[in-house]
Amino acid sequence: MVKRLTVLDTEKCVGCQLCMFACSRRFGEGGFAKSAIHVKSIGGVERGFAVVVCRACPSPPCMKVCITDALTLRKGGGVILNSSKCIGCGRCVEACPFGAIFWDDEANKPNICVHCGYCVNYCHYGVIKLKE
Amino acid sequence: MLYVDLSRRSFHVENRPDLFEEYLGGVGVAIRLLAEECPPNTDPLGPDNPIIFSVGPLTGLFPMASKTIAMFKSPLTGNLGESHAGGRTASAIRMAGYGAIVIRGSSETPVYLAIHGDKVYFRDASGLWGVENSYTVGRVIRELEKGAGFRTIMRIGSAGEKMVSYASVVVETYRHFGRLGLGAVFGSKKLKAIVISGKYSIKIRDVGYYRNVYDEIFNLAVKSLLMKKYHDIGTSSNVLPLNELKALPSFNLKETSLENAENISGENLAQKYLGRRIACSHCPVACIHLATLREPYEDEPYFYKTTMIPYDYEPLYALGSMLGVTDPVEWLKLMDEVEIQGLDAISTGVTLAWATEAYERGIITSNETLGIELKWGDSNSYREAIRKIVHQPNEFYSALARGVEYAASKYGGLDFALSFGGNEMPGYHTGPAAYLTFSTGSRHSHLDSAGYSIDEEDAKTGVNRTPKEIAEILFREESWRQILSSLVLCFFARGIYTPEIVVKTLRVIGLDTTEESLRKTGVEILKNKYLFKIREGFKPDLLRIPRRILEKESPLGILNESFIREGIMEFFKMLQ
Repeated sequence: MVKRLTVLDTEKCVGCQLCMFACSRRFGEGGFAKSAIHVKSIGGVERGFAVVVCRACPSPPCMKVCITDALTLRKGGGVILNSSKCIGCGRCVEACPFGAIFWDDEANKPNICVHCGYCVNYCHYGVIKLKE
Repeated sequence: MLYVDLSRRSFHVENRPDLFEEYLGGVGVAIRLLAEECPPNTDPLGPDNPIIFSVGPLTGLFPMASKTIAMFKSPLTGNLGESHAGGRTASAIRMAGYGAIVIRGSSETPVYLAIHGDKVYFRDASGLWGVENSYTVGRVIRELEKGAGFRTIMRIGSAGEKMVSYASVVVETYRHFGRLGLGAVFGSKKLKAIVISGKYSIKIRDVGYYRNVYDEIFNLAVKSLLMKKYHDIGTSSNVLPLNELKALPSFNLKETSLENAENISGENLAQKYLGRRIACSHCPVACIHLATLREPYEDEPYFYKTTMIPYDYEPLYALGSMLGVTDPVEWLKLMDEVEIQGLDAISTGVTLAWATEAYERGIITSNETLGIELKWGDSNSYREAIRKIVHQPNEFYSALARGVEYAASKYGGLDFALSFGGNEMPGYHTGPAAYLTFSTGSRHSHLDSAGYSIDEEDAKTGVNRTPKEIAEILFREESWRQILSSLVLCFFARGIYTPEIVVKTLRVIGLDTTEESLRKTGVEILKNKYLFKIREGFKPDLLRIPRRILEKESPLGILNESFIREGIMEFFKMLQ
């Protein structure tokens, strides 16, 4: 079965953002420019954090609005980006109800989660997990 | 490097490879910039006092390179101002594309800065000026500005606006540029807040090597015992051992331990009040402990106010044991007031402890305190006094707002005014090495060279060291810490970032160096700091040693002034 990245319990998130750094590090980069996962406070760190990840929709709205067919359905849900077809219009970002498509300002292309689970290895608090 | 001029409302970017190649970043770069930017004898609250922020080459790449260094001339000591803060400050500054930010000049009207990548906006803050609560300022800016998750919001409370000499700058609500009065410098420039965001990438050549070194550090951070103390109970785990050692300054160091210390221990707070743990950006340790305080409204049944309040060892000492406040709820309320006003907890507590003893002795009376009865353990009076320190309704509170050294010089009682180099002392009556750290450390902070840990070791092993031996250890430690804080590594991670690991991380970014060469740079940075201090009038032989510390037995016995003085002179010989 194909796996997808899921958020188990945001209450355990400490906001360290190691998942975000890990995601960019997949590409051998420091920083956040390539990250397809996002952690932000929900109105102040005292209230805890939102962990925003692609939920691997079986019928992804982002795919439906892509005018160049750069996004195709991934087995198990979610989408696969064909960068060479993407024109950087940003419609996918607007279509995602979770705000789970992030933008690489340097490449002017979306950051799409491929559900590889690299970030999971660096979450010390068991907030995220790869699930079938 | 970003230069911002508040007087002209202009900014520009400059490349300064000279600085970063020679001094890495962080304190190494900041002290050079301070020497460049701050003219001799500058008024700390005048427009010529610069504010310098710097981060390091490992920020955004490796865990726990998450501190930002602030340098300025301190309104508290009239000398070197250096303060470190975590939160998201460092990653935000680096991802916005900067190694350092220099803020010059002064605004005529209240302003806050919004730095989003390469764009800098001078936003009107007239409406925000006078908003008393530092939490509220954060909330408002959070809604006004973009970059959630990628940004830092630094802001001042009323204490900064009113230029209390030890006003802090609050970041991400629970972290601070706490010590030495950066908040007052913000206030003097009419600078209410700075928000910084960005998401640039950092490219690495040898990706495989980078990931290997990263994993080595990550595993040490989460799997070894090195970070356990900070991870579990946090720094507040120090309360009980120091109390047992009779090294916990209490009641203005009239005592060295506290009955009921367990009430304000990390263990008790964790069990009864710990509500959430949070982390600085890129730190898996999450040492930030927030207590939940649930208070009923007196006038309305079934209505409760729930507040999250941070706790750490130093505030537990300064606002707890020093003031005899041992009821955890009362301590939390006092801490909350300090946070709301935006004050440094250590300086506030130590200053109030002096005032309480002075009141007890009749040096000051209710004429000065405006009717507030300063009494050990009475947190309501202390909260009221804190508000008066901020608003300074009379000469006495204006004096308290300038720190314990100033107040005691004016009213008397210097013998029990616990400050070193003008900075209120941290909570370690462990022995001579701790006091040598407070005296010789370039910030007069326990973090400069951690003398307390030498004392604690000596108390266990029974080793006797000469002043020279202690001075040598402290000098070596403080010099090495210049490297850690030039790489803006959290000092809590000093056990992980050994010289060997540091050399590896620098190789990842293409810098081939050795431990020896780094140590040499560390000494040079320390010397640069002291060049500045001496230029601004620092005289090691005139350092004041409060009589009180010599009267109270430490775990290593009664301390001897000539022993400490000898240690100070030995330390400064090494700086020549």
